Amino acid sequence: MSILKDAISSQLGAEVRFVEGYQHPARTIFCIVPQEKFVDAAKAMKKAYALLAAEWATDETTFGRGYGIFACYRWGHEYLIVKTETAADAPVFPSLTKHFLPAWRFERQIQSLMGVMPLNHPDTRPWIKFEDWPEDAWPLRKSFDASKPMPRVEGEYKWTKAEGEGVYEIPVGPVHAGIIEPGHFRFQAVGEDVLNLEERLGYVHKGIEKRFESLSWDEGYRLAGRVSGDTTVAHSLGYCMALESMTGCNLPERVHWLRALFLERERIANHLGDIGAICNDAAFAFMLYQMMRLKEMLLRTNHALFGHRFIMDRVVPGGVAVDIDTACREVILAELDRLSKDFERLVVIYEENPSLEDRVRNTGMLKPKRAREICAVGIVARASGLNLDCRIFNPFPPYDQYDRLELGVPVMITGDVHARTWVRIQEVRESIRIIRWILDNMPDGAISAPVAAPFPDKAGFAAVEGWRGEIIYWLQSGPNGELNRCMVRDPSSVNWLGLERAIHGNIVPDFPLCNKSFNQSYSGHDL
Amino acid sequence: MNLYPFVMEILQVLILLAIGPAFVGWVRVLKCWAQGRSSAGLFQPYRDLRKLFSKDVVLAENASWIFRFMPYLVFGTAVLAGGIIPILSTDLPLAATADVIVLVSLFAIARFFTALAGMDIGTAFGGMGASREMTVASLAEPAMLMAIFTMSLASRSTSLSYMAQLVMSGQSVLRPSIVFALLAFILITLAETGRIPVDNPATHLELTMIHEAMILEYSGRHLALIEWASMMKLFLFTALGIAVFAPWGIASSADLLAVAAALFFMLLKLGAAGIVLVLIETGLAKMRLFRLTEFLGSAFLLATLGMLSYFILE
Repeated sequence: MSILKDAISSQLGAEVRFVEGYQHPARTIFCIVPQEKFVDAAKAMKKAYALLAAEWATDETTFGRGYGIFACYRWGHEYLIVKTETAADAPVFPSLTKHFLPAWRFERQIQSLMGVMPLNHPDTRPWIKFEDWPEDAWPLRKSFDASKPMPRVEGEYKWTKAEGEGVYEIPVGPVHAGIIEPGHFRFQAVGEDVLNLEERLGYVHKGIEKRFESLSWDEGYRLAGRVSGDTTVAHSLGYCMALESMTGCNLPERVHWLRALFLERERIANHLGDIGAICNDAAFAFMLYQMMRLKEMLLRTNHALFGHRFIMDRVVPGGVAVDIDTACREVILAELDRLSKDFERLVVIYEENPSLEDRVRNTGMLKPKRAREICAVGIVARASGLNLDCRIFNPFPPYDQYDRLELGVPVMITGDVHARTWVRIQEVRESIRIIRWILDNMPDGAISAPVAAPFPDKAGFAAVEGWRGEIIYWLQSGPNGELNRCMVRDPSSVNWLGLERAIHGNIVPDFPLCNKSFNQSYSGHDL
Repeated sequence: MNLYPFVMEILQVLILLAIGPAFVGWVRVLKCWAQGRSSAGLFQPYRDLRKLFSKDVVLAENASWIFRFMPYLVFGTAVLAGGIIPILSTDLPLAATADVIVLVSLFAIARFFTALAGMDIGTAFGGMGASREMTVASLAEPAMLMAIFTMSLASRSTSLSYMAQLVMSGQSVLRPSIVFALLAFILITLAETGRIPVDNPATHLELTMIHEAMILEYSGRHLALIEWASMMKLFLFTALGIAVFAPWGIASSADLLAVAAALFFMLLKLGAAGIVLVLIETGLAKMRLFRLTEFLGSAFLLATLGMLSYFILE
């Protein structure tokens, strides 16, 4: 028996119904509880030290049911999905926000996009949805026609206000002076001290989850690869793994290894860019240009070997689209030698520059307690003392060969800008090592396997460690075996909350540095 | 009437206008090299200015006359300052009427109006930048006066021309007070001209800006004038440092050859100053805003030490 399964059945007894054969892969536990027990299930999970990984809703009217509300909890290597159902005519569900903070935005999003109302939710303002959309426009409902343009109405978004002598407001964005994605940040400040920061996201909402529903199963991976362009490998991998789990596809061993290779190359490239950009926000531009040079080297090799700088569309359902040969292997190994030599020299500069150290240490601290509260994932979590990494806890080959690979996961406890930078630095080193190991030990074999169509009314789940952190895909097939719902949970969906908390006690001009050290995706969050 | 001083005056202003952007271009070229990338060349600042001059001005609806007036005033004070500092020659008619205190006040006027204009249109960034700029100013100005006064103690005059002549005549060689004052002056120059580690002239991050935050709303020829003035300001501070601490080569006689030599030495010294500036800027990250008080406080302290050491040692 598993810890989470024990916890929920001892709390709810006969009220919880475990369903076998619906949710894939089988190790993901799936259960259905009555609506009034939804919160009790959350309490049981909280008591078992589980974290909320995602919460979402599905429109199941095509099955002749109402709406389904799902909450996914994680504890170590276990994932448990709790479902509750609500009637189609008056869709409501009890809010989990009081028990799990990230539910705050998940539930606002459910309310805005699916029109299922969370009861007892402290904040009923829309999220993602704009104030000039009609009140009853719920894009994720099956009855919503996405081909028509959205009519516009008058509306207002109510911001959190701070009042008092000397308090002033700084609205920043959504259009920024640099070339970054759009997002609005509203500061309440006294002098230079930040009282509160409120984020407003949704400016890059593209209706991706809705779009998935009009695609066939084998097209979806391409859209997944475009959810957040810098994480294209991990996102398409998430989609493919969820789909493969539903169809019982048996992948050749080599596929996994190639996917791991792509994943680690993506991780290195993005971490290099981030480390440079963090230093640049402290006006230490030297580091940016040197790191960008290394990143560019990697991307060009990607283009030469795999046909795309970011390895987009190279992970496909049932396999990968491109193989490597001995010559490729030599190119990658030679490049890694150059990379790690230059990288180590730059790390010394980063470590030994006192003016830089003064900026990054004790800035933007996300304390371990807060990181747990917001159920942070990925680099943000690891910099704040949470040892979470899907490569360890939810591995696919070659990561599951613990004794041979000995994957090192860096965990810092200070949770400041330096910790987040340092986690990245350590991960670059580790990824370089993993790639070398993969190249030395990769098994031969085919690089693809046929993928059958999923059966009707089944669900697939996958959690993949992208470079930002855990990416979750949850797929559901409709009554005719078509794609009924694709839920995407980018790490940004939870980690954006961390930024709001980390900025407390900091000064306004340190915000860009804090923000860059989180570097969350707008596109992956807004979907 | 002797026309020579007036010719020099005009020549100095022309050189200021012409070489100011090139000096910034030089600093940028060096910076690119130091960071291991290729540069846009020495003349990119001129191209930037030409681009800005050819663009339309976009004004906020609630912009008052202060907002429109500020670029001309800032530009004007920079040009005027070029007539006071002995860049090529010490024989300047304006230098006789305006000493170093006037010079500091000229910069203060420009700063005052820049801060007002920053607040004028009422955006959060303008006010934020103005508040930060005033914080810097309140610390930098006394330190600057202190550093210059240390130098003027030796010459017993606040006239820049006279101070330069005295140093050149060899009456005041390298003394402890000069070293202290020079160190203080370098720190102040970094702060006054908005360089790293105080401000980042190349940043696009609205929230960290000091000088740029005040002028965020400017466009077209207004912005061109402000940019040009800030380029001249960097040139002027370097020239001021040269005139006070290393004036050798500046023409003190009405001789064409001496002026040509002065021009040559000026370029040489500017080139060297650029190298020092780039070394500082490449090796340091920007300070936390609240560290500025320590930074400028130490500048003031150094200047005071210089003054004390003058009385104790000399």
